[in-house]
Amino acid sequence: MGPTTGPGVTATLARSPGAATPARPRRPRPRRRGRLIIPVLYLLPAAVLYALFLLAPLAHTVWISFFSWDGLSLAHWVGIQNYTDALGNPELRSAFLHSLVLIAFYAVLPIAAALVLAGIMVRAPKLRLLGAARVILFLPQVVATVVLATLWAELLGPTGGINQLLKQVGLQGLAKPWLGGFTTALPAVGLIGTWIEVGFCLLLFLAGAAQIPAELYEAARVDGANARQEFFAVTLPGLRGQIVIALTLTVTAALRTFDVIYITTSGGPGTATQVPAFEIYHRAFTIDLVGSACAIGVMLTAIIFALTFLITRLDSGTRI
Amino acid sequence: MRSAVAHRTWLATALAITVILAGCTPGSTQRSSGPTEGPVETDPAKMGTVTITEWDIRNLPAQSAAQDKLNAAFEAKYPNIKIKRVVKQFTDYERTIKLALSSPKTPDVMQVNQGYGDLAKFVKAGLLLPQDNYAKAYGWTGRYNAALLDQNRMTADGHWGTGQLYGISNQAEVVGLYYNKTLLSKIGLTPPRTLADLQGDLPKIKAAGMLPIQLGTSDINGAIHIFGLIQAVLAGPAAVNDLVFGKGDASWTDQSTLEAARTLQSWATQGYVTPGANGQNGTAMAAEFGKGHGVFMVDGNWSAPQLATQLGPKVGFTVLSKVDGGKPATEGGLSLLWGISSRSKHPDADAAYLNFINSPAAEDVIARGGDLPAVTPSSFKPVSGLQADVYASLQSVVQEGSLLPYLDYTTINFYAVLGANLQELISGRISPESFTKTLQTEYTTAKASR
Repeated sequence: MGPTTGPGVTATLARSPGAATPARPRRPRPRRRGRLIIPVLYLLPAAVLYALFLLAPLAHTVWISFFSWDGLSLAHWVGIQNYTDALGNPELRSAFLHSLVLIAFYAVLPIAAALVLAGIMVRAPKLRLLGAARVILFLPQVVATVVLATLWAELLGPTGGINQLLKQVGLQGLAKPWLGGFTTALPAVGLIGTWIEVGFCLLLFLAGAAQIPAELYEAARVDGANARQEFFAVTLPGLRGQIVIALTLTVTAALRTFDVIYITTSGGPGTATQVPAFEIYHRAFTIDLVGSACAIGVMLTAIIFALTFLITRLDSGTRI
Repeated sequence: MRSAVAHRTWLATALAITVILAGCTPGSTQRSSGPTEGPVETDPAKMGTVTITEWDIRNLPAQSAAQDKLNAAFEAKYPNIKIKRVVKQFTDYERTIKLALSSPKTPDVMQVNQGYGDLAKFVKAGLLLPQDNYAKAYGWTGRYNAALLDQNRMTADGHWGTGQLYGISNQAEVVGLYYNKTLLSKIGLTPPRTLADLQGDLPKIKAAGMLPIQLGTSDINGAIHIFGLIQAVLAGPAAVNDLVFGKGDASWTDQSTLEAARTLQSWATQGYVTPGANGQNGTAMAAEFGKGHGVFMVDGNWSAPQLATQLGPKVGFTVLSKVDGGKPATEGGLSLLWGISSRSKHPDADAAYLNFINSPAAEDVIARGGDLPAVTPSSFKPVSGLQADVYASLQSVVQEGSLLPYLDYTTINFYAVLGANLQELISGRISPESFTKTLQTEYTTAKASR
């Protein structure tokens, strides 16, 4: 399970500060060997931890992915067969498609919603309830996802709070077992993700907006910009770096989704909410296809790496 | 320059890791099975000073207290033997026992789940000790119905339901039909005794404006239980045993299993089960039934204590048969078996301990802890009408040997396959024919790879 729980985030953390450093042309100076030791010594503790707890398990995962192994008896080498089997499996392909759908719910929706909210909150900085609103919106990030998922499974059930509410306002025709319907389950799970991520994005954007020089807003107002124009001309460009970070983390979260699915639907009904991370767990710990699970894990890691890389490219342009 | 250095470092690291890994094919620490023949010592007092490490899943407060009580009683009786207990919740246990059994410090005695998932794998890897000689020495086999004990047998090459005995189980589980007596009598019905009785009642209950069967299948178990209940009656014990054990040429596409699928789907389409059952989990199902929603519910004995509290004398439990006065059949089976590690240094002491916790006196302690002993001790008196129903139902199927293993034991992936396809069947997305065909494909594929 190693590769599903880290590389994406680590890649982001390793990258974003780098991206913030302006690339300055520097004349290469000849260095003597002795000089090199000191920077290496500084890097060593982090490098050792990184290699021990991240690179080694990752390499081990890749290694196991070339074997057919039940986790107990002797494994045998199958080369890339685990990969070809996975690619040829229609259920697994649809699992990867589901996680792409989840990107819309985990990344696109929350970022859009948080931008709108940030735009509004920036306009009304003296609102008394702002602090309270921030706390409430950020709460989903603090509470364990398992707890939130359990809560939402209850709310979305046939007799749960959401259907009760629909009945009370006369919309009983819309009431349905959200997590049990083959067409509603994936969007329902996705919206739980939206709800969880929106507070995180908002907090990030509010922090970013606070760093936008007040003069820019003043200048915009002097020029007679309305709220909408101010948002697009000042707030949005000013938040570019934060948007990239939010996109990286939420896309990674979407692709790695496990806990919400595990608690609410276990991939059902049928295979309507099957996602790669759940399939990895299922194969490694339930049906003892450890090699195959590792292969899917490696593929998921590769996809996350590729997407993260593309997203960070978004930030390479000029910034204010 | 900088990037060239980085590349070279990367290459060196990758090479180093590959070299290290090349030496270790996963699972290369194989073990062999211990001795199984020869005379055994059955007097614990003569076994010297021994510490037995025991792993179990009896984690609920009352269960756990019962297990502690048994361990303390054993230590008191044989002061030379100490018991070291490790208790885990079932799901955690399932994930860790595999690692523990294959690690250098294996538990001596542990509960093992039957079927092709755990038992077959452990036996094939030589991790468990066959217990036939102990069963003979202590007379274990005589206490259980032979067909039932087959659930704890496995051949060395991993065929289930036959071969050597790998342990006994001191508890059982039984799935049956809970019924709400108050609601039944409201429309002048009596508790059903056959599947046909039940089917006859469903339209009448629906016509009276009540929900006939409370059902929740989002976490799969509810779906497997209701389908298993119908199939057990229609197909009969021998056919279901053969299917789950993978014996003979019984097929999932057989007429009786197809009929069971048709029955379940028609119940769903005619609104005899909770609408949107696929969106409700098993816990919510039992909670709703406990609130008086639904005349019937298919569930296991584990829900009885809670329902007895909620519904009191209004709730009853039964197992169904095909014809009136016929033999009932249902799912459930023996609880996890008590295995002995093939690497235990004191198997005789382990077996003596197992004999102690599977004795009639121990079963009385287990029953008082709220569990269902595999053999009801004569000293036990039920505390509620519902508990009396559950014990009576269990004994009726235990005596007939028609307490069948859960269907998801059929193959290692059957829980997921059966569960997903039952959800599709209930929602009307697949036909009963294609449902049985999918199960048969999974069955034959897994059977071929055994």
